[in-house]
Amino acid sequence: MAEGHHSPLEQFQVHTLVPLKIGGVDVSFTNASLVMVAVAVFITVFMLAGMSKRAVVPGRFQGAVEFFHDYVHGLINENIGAAGRKYFPFVFTIFIFILFLNLVGLVPSSPTSLVFTVTSHIIVTFAMAAVVFLLATVVGFMHHGVHFLSFFVPKGVPAWLLPLMVPIEVMSYFIRPITLSVRLFANMVAGHVMLAVIGGFVFSLGAAFFIVPGLIPLAAIVAIFALELLIACLQAYVFATLTCIYLNDAIHMAH
Amino acid sequence: MPQFDPTFWAPQLFWLVIVTTVLFLVMWKVTLPRVDAVITDRQDRIAGNLQKAETLKGEAESALAAYQKSIADARAAAQAEHAKAAAAIAAESAKREAVFGKRLGDEEAAAEANIAAARSAAMAQVKPIAIDLAQTITEKLVGTKVGADAASSAVEAAAKERA
Repeated sequence: MAEGHHSPLEQFQVHTLVPLKIGGVDVSFTNASLVMVAVAVFITVFMLAGMSKRAVVPGRFQGAVEFFHDYVHGLINENIGAAGRKYFPFVFTIFIFILFLNLVGLVPSSPTSLVFTVTSHIIVTFAMAAVVFLLATVVGFMHHGVHFLSFFVPKGVPAWLLPLMVPIEVMSYFIRPITLSVRLFANMVAGHVMLAVIGGFVFSLGAAFFIVPGLIPLAAIVAIFALELLIACLQAYVFATLTCIYLNDAIHMAH
Repeated sequence: MPQFDPTFWAPQLFWLVIVTTVLFLVMWKVTLPRVDAVITDRQDRIAGNLQKAETLKGEAESALAAYQKSIADARAAAQAEHAKAAAAIAAESAKREAVFGKRLGDEEAAAEANIAAARSAAMAQVKPIAIDLAQTITEKLVGTKVGADAASSAVEAAAKERA
């Protein structure tokens, strides 16, 4: 892998900052916890400060806050419709939290710094996806009762195919939290590993052959960084959109 | 990969749950209602302003119509007044012209009568002079005295011939 003693996976290492234990369970405050708290505080301050003037004609700052609001509003309107209004705060929180967790992970830094990509941890993305999955399932049963189970019976399929189709439908339903979480996790890990490896090339090539050859991977890393910025936003969008689609399936049972 | 090491799963989950729950509550109860309120207020204002503009436009249109009507009324009144004044002036001028014409006619007639009188008076004076002149000229040229009656009839005859 990379040169020297720095592994490109080192950036994913969680460190305990403040050791804590509740009832024998380790709940230590870690670098990941710190980033989560910092991002949550940042989002809250951003939202509060942006809306502090409550201007009828928004300035740039308030316009930015309203942009996120309108963007998630649009997502819900497109994918769910009026019935999705109730879930707006939920989808908004998921979207903006994942977006800023992804972006803060891209702040250029050394692996030993406090910059950390929380969304590159499968346990985090899986927990989020599981909450989305559970919420969608509960909403489905709340809206349709036991009838929600007919979601697994595709319409217009010949009866003799059902023994095959129903297990497929059930499987594709229960695989949702896994695909949802792995998509975000894998994208983040792949991007950050690539950045770390090519970043290592910049240093090792530059050190070995008098700087100039290092410029090639440097140019590549600039391009990849731009791509990673796109992916950071895109994956937050994809996660929020799929949340909307799962909620829409539960509310409208559209197939 | 450190991600698959379960050592930190418990603290990760613990802090994730706390942070996302708090963030969700803050977004749901504090920040998003503010954004919503501002956006709703803006939409209400825009709708209200549009409505106000609509009524103002209606008012302006009715004011314009009233203005145009008053202009038309004033124009019609002015035209009526003008026609009336013109008729009055025409009547007055016709009256004066008639009076003037009559006076002119009267004066003309009087002058003509004067002229005729003067002429007949002059003619009356011309005859004795002619008779006298005829007697004198005849006496000087021929040496005979012509009687007043003969001279008078000769002058009469000559005057008749000329006339």
